[in-house]
Amino acid sequence: MRAIGIILAGGNNNKMKELSYKRAIAAMPVAGSYRAIDFALSNMSNSNIQKVAVLTQYNAKSLNEHLSSSKWWDFGRKQGGLYVFTPSITADNGFWYRGTADSIWQNIKFLKNSHEPYVVIAAGDGIYKLDYNKVLEYHIKKKADITVVCKDMPQETDITRFGLVKMNEDSRIVEFEEKPMASDSRTVSAGIYIIRRRQLIELIEKCAEEERHDFVNDILVRYKNIKRIYGYKLDNYWSNISTVEAYYKTNMDFLKPEIRNYFFKQYPDIYSKVDDMPPAKYNPGSNIKNSLVSSGCIINGQVENSVLFKKAYIGNNCVIKNSIILNNVYIGDNTYIENCIVESHDTIKANERYVGENGQIKIVVEKNERIGL
Amino acid sequence: MIKKEMIAMLLAGGQGSRLGVLTSKMAKPAVAFGGKYRIIDFPLSNCINSGVDTVGVLTQYQPLRLNAHIGIGIPWDLDRNVGGVTVLPPYEKSGNSEWYTGTANAIYQNIEYMQQYNAEYVLILSGDHIYKMDYELMLNYHKEHDADITIACMPVPIEEASRFGVVLTDDENRITEFEEKPEHPRSNLASMGIYIFKWSVLKDALIKLKDQKQCDFGKHIIPYCHEKNDRIFAYEYNGYWKDVGTLGSYWEANMELIDLIPVFNLYEEFWKIYTNNDILPPQYISDKSVINRSIISEGCDIRGEVYNSVIGVGVTIGEGAVIRDSIIMQNTVIKDNAYIEKSIIAENVVIGQGTRVGIGPEVESKLDKKIYAFGLATIGENSVIPNNVTIGKNTAISGVTEESDYPNRTLGSGEYIIKAGEM
Repeated sequence: MRAIGIILAGGNNNKMKELSYKRAIAAMPVAGSYRAIDFALSNMSNSNIQKVAVLTQYNAKSLNEHLSSSKWWDFGRKQGGLYVFTPSITADNGFWYRGTADSIWQNIKFLKNSHEPYVVIAAGDGIYKLDYNKVLEYHIKKKADITVVCKDMPQETDITRFGLVKMNEDSRIVEFEEKPMASDSRTVSAGIYIIRRRQLIELIEKCAEEERHDFVNDILVRYKNIKRIYGYKLDNYWSNISTVEAYYKTNMDFLKPEIRNYFFKQYPDIYSKVDDMPPAKYNPGSNIKNSLVSSGCIINGQVENSVLFKKAYIGNNCVIKNSIILNNVYIGDNTYIENCIVESHDTIKANERYVGENGQIKIVVEKNERIGL
Repeated sequence: MIKKEMIAMLLAGGQGSRLGVLTSKMAKPAVAFGGKYRIIDFPLSNCINSGVDTVGVLTQYQPLRLNAHIGIGIPWDLDRNVGGVTVLPPYEKSGNSEWYTGTANAIYQNIEYMQQYNAEYVLILSGDHIYKMDYELMLNYHKEHDADITIACMPVPIEEASRFGVVLTDDENRITEFEEKPEHPRSNLASMGIYIFKWSVLKDALIKLKDQKQCDFGKHIIPYCHEKNDRIFAYEYNGYWKDVGTLGSYWEANMELIDLIPVFNLYEEFWKIYTNNDILPPQYISDKSVINRSIISEGCDIRGEVYNSVIGVGVTIGEGAVIRDSIIMQNTVIKDNAYIEKSIIAENVVIGQGTRVGIGPEVESKLDKKIYAFGLATIGENSVIPNNVTIGKNTAISGVTEESDYPNRTLGSGEYIIKAGEM
């Protein structure tokens, strides 16, 4: 593909509550065996983008561990590769990334030293499959300056956390509002953009000169009447995980056969770092209904309508309902968990009870000492 | 300058004919084990966990699956700038080209491969055992005793010792005598077929015996070295070690993994076993399924009942299907309402709706009563079994079968169907 990739993985927000304490959203575990950024990375790899920069800032430890090698996504070639850029103090810059545009500006050399004519910019918190080549074809056909991938959201979703767009008949974006209080549009920006590399350099440098730092507000919104900004509608599954509710729902979506089939069985695959866990083990007393179970789990109790990530240990007589158990969690005997997200590396004692009441999802963070095992 | 202290040579060329249809299209080391693994994963993982990063894998019989599995060694961290894993098939030479005719002959034909690493020690392994072993400890032992050859041995019950090559040792553990499958064993220390050689000693013996027909370590190289009074020591190993040479022992070793706390524990953080994972997604367990005392691998879709079984990656088990005491390998599909009992079902098999496998009296196999025994029904890879047929015990099936292959919708105990070209 004639493009390089940039994945914006620096972000965080308080809507993730305790889940964001440990990691950037892009590093959130998703669907049992993956992390959010795997989707953008795999899409890039599957679109034959060979050179990808991941821009990260907030609590990047988990993310860096996950990106320890580029071979899982088939990057790491002589041509191109996977680059992780965290802010660094240089002779002429001592700032953290002050915004998405600023994060690109601080790494403008990456853009300048490339020769590919286009850039694909993608958020690290989207769960979707997309061949960026198709977006690029569209971008070229429309003679667009910037193409924004958009998704029509169903009525029931809260869209005030998204950028909302309105397009004319030609699909040119005529209105772009970032996180409006109210709007009559149901079309949201998926945070995926295609732009000519030279155009991007120009816009980013202009922004920096004017002390503006945000890609959406200072480029998309500000230039929408000057530049030809087009919307590309995404028909297939797309979900953004950056609130607790959305994160919970996205994981639960994978209990539906059509979603599993789309992501797990249909070409192309999503790649992730391989963890070398043994198969899941079901001991006497285990009773599993409608759940996803990942490798390395050992189950002695009851699990219903839940997603177990890797290496969960469920004790005797436990009941886990409608919950998400993240990586490497130990749950002692007789514990009851319902409507919860249990944080990774938790150790939960025996005979405890955690229930998310009134339709709320409870986040369980328990750092007890793990004895034995 | 390239220099490795110890390199490993892994013998993976054998068919393992006692595994019957499981090895009709792949070498024994490539056979699936423990759900997601293949047998060769155990010695390969032992190598990297022991710090041995240069491994030559000698292949000969049906190497395709093995080659695809090993690739460039990424899963085992054996993709190295210097060393790493190298697959070594037999090759044509000017003059006397030949297949690998014996274990030592295979190693002899790769002297140049070993030479290039300037190794002081060469570790000889076979690709058909399930165990975790730290070869570095064995090497330390080898050095401490200033041995020319160290042979890993394990104590076995004396009544079983006659199945093995046993060694007699002196007080220092130096081997004084060898007995190959003795009728009345005088020792219970059995050789595990794992050797550390001083490279100079190995090279000399290989060259001296290069004209020996079917040159073998146990039969020729070790006796030769023993005769010329080389220092040969026994290294006693007391961990889990399982030869999965027969369908019965293969089935048993798999079944041991589902014990509450298995003797051979794959869940330890320490000493991980690595494998080539091409399927990553979690497994889905539906609201109609019942699972008890089993291990199930990635990407499975389970809608039926699974008891006391080992299920490989990407297996689909339909609604109403029941699996008991069985091994189901990678990507096999068991359709709705099938019933499987005490069976080994290889990769990419399709079992039709309502079909019952492993039902009937114990009758000796008409194909080979030594191979297809233990009351197991064995179905080879890529086989297709039609709907609503019943298959007995000690049976063997390989190939795409149709209803017409089953008179009265039944394949009685001891019978077999091997489709042409599948043997």
